[in-house]
Amino acid sequence: MDRYTFLEKFFIYSAIFIFMTFILLPFVEMFYASLRPLDHLFRSPYQFYSDDLSFWAYREMWNTVPMLGRYIFNSFFLASSVAILTLLFVIPAAYSYARFNFPFKNSSLYILLAINMFSGAVLLIPLYKVLRTFGLLNSYQAMIVPGVAFLIPTSIWLLKSYFEKIPVDLEEAAFVDGASRVQILRHIIAPLSTPGLVVVGIYAFIGAYAQQFLFAITFNQKKEYMPIPSGLYEFIGYTTVKWNEMMAASLVGIAPVLIVFLFLQKYIVEGLTSGAVKN
Amino acid sequence: MNKKLRSFNSPTFLAYALIAPAAIYILLIVAWPVLETIRLSFTNSSLAGEDYVGFENYEKMLSSKKFNKIVTRTFVWMFFSVSLKLIIGLIGAILLNANLRGRSMFRVLIMPPWVVPIAIGMLGWLWLYNGYFGIIAGVGMHTGILDGPFGFLAYKQSAFISTIVADVWVGTPMVTVFFLAAMQGVPRDLYEAAYCDGASRWDRFFKITLPQITPVIITMSILSAIWTFNSFEIIWILTEGGPRGATTTLIIDTYKQALGNYKFGRGAARAVVVMILLTLFAGFYLALLARINKKISHG
Repeated sequence: MDRYTFLEKFFIYSAIFIFMTFILLPFVEMFYASLRPLDHLFRSPYQFYSDDLSFWAYREMWNTVPMLGRYIFNSFFLASSVAILTLLFVIPAAYSYARFNFPFKNSSLYILLAINMFSGAVLLIPLYKVLRTFGLLNSYQAMIVPGVAFLIPTSIWLLKSYFEKIPVDLEEAAFVDGASRVQILRHIIAPLSTPGLVVVGIYAFIGAYAQQFLFAITFNQKKEYMPIPSGLYEFIGYTTVKWNEMMAASLVGIAPVLIVFLFLQKYIVEGLTSGAVKN
Repeated sequence: MNKKLRSFNSPTFLAYALIAPAAIYILLIVAWPVLETIRLSFTNSSLAGEDYVGFENYEKMLSSKKFNKIVTRTFVWMFFSVSLKLIIGLIGAILLNANLRGRSMFRVLIMPPWVVPIAIGMLGWLWLYNGYFGIIAGVGMHTGILDGPFGFLAYKQSAFISTIVADVWVGTPMVTVFFLAAMQGVPRDLYEAAYCDGASRWDRFFKITLPQITPVIITMSILSAIWTFNSFEIIWILTEGGPRGATTTLIIDTYKQALGNYKFGRGAARAVVVMILLTLFAGFYLALLARINKKISHG
């Protein structure tokens, strides 16, 4: 195939640079702001240069946002609980869809896709009432219960395609040899589908981490249960926002997800795109 | 007894039994609330209680000028946001598909806006849009485009555009990744054959790449229309629907009515309109998927 000329390379790299600037500028600026003293930030017009950059805000933020540690823990706790619960519901269902033929199989799969398109925002009123009836408002469950529901559909689709890649022959052979279905699930399916389970679990974790705002501001008013996004959002309303500490806290809050994602991005992207592209 | 046992072991029973937990969960948390929303939309439900009021909520809503404005605004907002996501996403995918050094690194670096909680990303954008101290106003002032501080979220038109830009920022990575995956799925021999026939890079893009990825472009435009339509956090954190309603879309209006004013009935009527529109989108999407699948299976 033909190679790029120097001019073409130059043009493509410049375009990539502009594209990446759009994508990454907010993060770069968040990081830069977190390193600058507050009185440098509050200069108008914007000063591009600060001479005393420091990590001071990363120490001070724990005092300004007294419950920051708790918020970070909550975010992790909520996302992990949602991911684990989602897996528990999804594993049997995805296995069933991958292996058996039954009435309404395809139509129910499409209904799942359709559910995926409903956002939680539309159903807030009845959800609020359900949670109030069960006394779950202002608790971890208030955020976990609706969170799981909206991750189930995509997770079923993802995991189904993993199960389908495991050859049926293995199971049939074991069945002929007298293994029960439970044994087959435990000794054949589970070990072979571990990579798939990990990917779906990570997908659910990232999804749960990302969706922690709407349900959190609507169904929970208690500080001790707040995840980072809603915990920090409270501080934005104050008259003087300590932007350097806000940005530092935000970055600390998203670092774990970003790290998890960076290590596993290849699998997650492959898993998510393979369905859409092949379909 | 024997018959019973056989039915217990038959895959259909097992199949349903395995699906049951997930199905029941979704029925309870998604399907039942949908029905309840429809019921509530015919009542004047509030914290105080509820009475059946027939179509009153709908009549009031549809005859109000404000509501019609909100619907129009939602579609205008969506149109610009989705178009920009698709255009920038396609350009991004073309750039990152070029066989150049560093492309695998760039492919990873475009993901953060998609992975990070939207609410946190928006805290960053709030700072960027700050009229006095933000970098965008700063660049504007240094270059002379702005002659003084300018609060991007404080004026109707600029707030409208600013929320679109932030929404495009969140949505573009996903679109880019899907387009990239589609481009990599195009069989290489098509390009090699065209290259041997002397087709230019330009020709190859328009005659091979573009037609081959058209199904993905179409599905992505519908999917991204649905996501954009549902977009709540971006507008809520940046402007809460203001200034003076300039960024109030249907979703924001529904939220405000229901949980800002605790007028559940009125909120529910708006939610029903949202659901009808979403169902139309979803139906369109599924019909299209079925058609594309058919085409593939028939060669």
